[in-house]
Amino acid sequence: MASREEIMAKVEALIGPFNNKGVELKDATTFAGDLEWDSLTVMDFVAAVEDEFDIIITMNMQAEIENVGQLADAVAKLMDQ
Amino acid sequence: MTDLLSKYDPLIQERETLLATGVKDPFSLVMEEVKSPTVAICNGKETILLGTYNYMGMTFDDDVQQAGLQALKDFGSGTTGSRVLNGTYSPHKDCEEALKEFYAMDHAMVFSTGYQANLGIISALAGKGDYVILDIDSHASIYDGCSMGNAEIVAFRHNDVEALEKRLKRLPADAGKLVVLEGVYSMLGDVAPLKEMIRICKENGAMTLVDEAHSMGFIGENGRGVCEEQGVIDDVDFIIGTFSKSVGTVGGFCVSNHPKFEIMRLVCRPYVFTASLPPSVMATASTSIRKLMHSGNKRAHLWENSKKLHKGLRDLGFELGTPEAQSAIIAVIMPDLERGAMMWQALLAEGLYVNLARPPATPANMTLLRCSLCAEHTTEQVDQILGMFEAAGKAVGAI
Repeated sequence: MASREEIMAKVEALIGPFNNKGVELKDATTFAGDLEWDSLTVMDFVAAVEDEFDIIITMNMQAEIENVGQLADAVAKLMDQ
Repeated sequence: MTDLLSKYDPLIQERETLLATGVKDPFSLVMEEVKSPTVAICNGKETILLGTYNYMGMTFDDDVQQAGLQALKDFGSGTTGSRVLNGTYSPHKDCEEALKEFYAMDHAMVFSTGYQANLGIISALAGKGDYVILDIDSHASIYDGCSMGNAEIVAFRHNDVEALEKRLKRLPADAGKLVVLEGVYSMLGDVAPLKEMIRICKENGAMTLVDEAHSMGFIGENGRGVCEEQGVIDDVDFIIGTFSKSVGTVGGFCVSNHPKFEIMRLVCRPYVFTASLPPSVMATASTSIRKLMHSGNKRAHLWENSKKLHKGLRDLGFELGTPEAQSAIIAVIMPDLERGAMMWQALLAEGLYVNLARPPATPANMTLLRCSLCAEHTTEQVDQILGMFEAAGKAVGAI
């Protein structure tokens, strides 16, 4: 069972290739606002997260996830199930 | 008071900016006169139609028109009621019979539009706690059907068999799963690898629905669509289609061999809570559908047209949505909305109408000039079309 820190570290590593602006990553960093991702980037990134953790993040859940911290929490929850 | 329309200010601004460059509004064209499936008068000018999805050119078919006129006389102009109350006339039942004959399936249900068919069937099949697994480039009506049913939506990368399989395997084995695919994707005109995808769905316990809106009447030996072409039509649980493309009128439908299918008539809200189609529309649809069963020659000519246009545009130097013609849709990729709109207007000035498609309808934020061919386009018209693309493309610097 991965700790939240481990999840966060993996999430940050996965954000890397999509972080074109070199934005500093914190829990409150938002995908649309700070990272300025469009829907295509979001799709590629979500697929990468899903493959890394072997989970499904439905579009319903994605709608509730706005920042990096929320994503880490969602991943932890999904892995717990 | 909060102005609820203020959320659309960015879109209003974008439109104003575009129109300020001097281009005509590409989304408010009026056809003053329609001469045939392939020619109309727009702004007083004779214009070749290359963006109508009127694939089989049935809109001016003599038999189709006669059937409509007769039904208009016999049954009046409309039903003024729902299919489940006073809105089912014999032409509605006959239209469903025509669909069952066309697809060789046990059940057929006609909706007032194709949009409502997807909305109604998907929302009734997949409810809260069920999963709909769909291609990320799915039509708006599919997404809306998922939202209406409160289903969990799982999207996978466009036409990616492996991405679909991975996601299916991750879902709970006992959860209800509906995979929604399209035979032809309407934006780029590309075809889905249904053979592999349907097999994977079966292996993973998912029911399948295929939207054949853009392939009915044209693709497959009997025009039943990509499912037929790829030999999986008997393995698909539900096929959705529309009358507003090859059939040449308006309406939507679902056909299925599922033994419990008839209950859908009572549980699909977009079927129950709307008025049924006018009997004249039903008569034109059933006549058209039965003629489409025997239209092998027209299908062959439409393939010739599609291949000729695709090759011609590619040779002129345009970037196209598919490496070869996969359907009757040929999408020309434009660098941005402004140049797309300029090119669209230049084509219209030449006497050619195509669809200007833009985000969010398009994948990858693309601006497209989407061409859809008709079996009634002559070879000479396709040559003319290519000449117009060359002239307009050079005029706006697109090639």
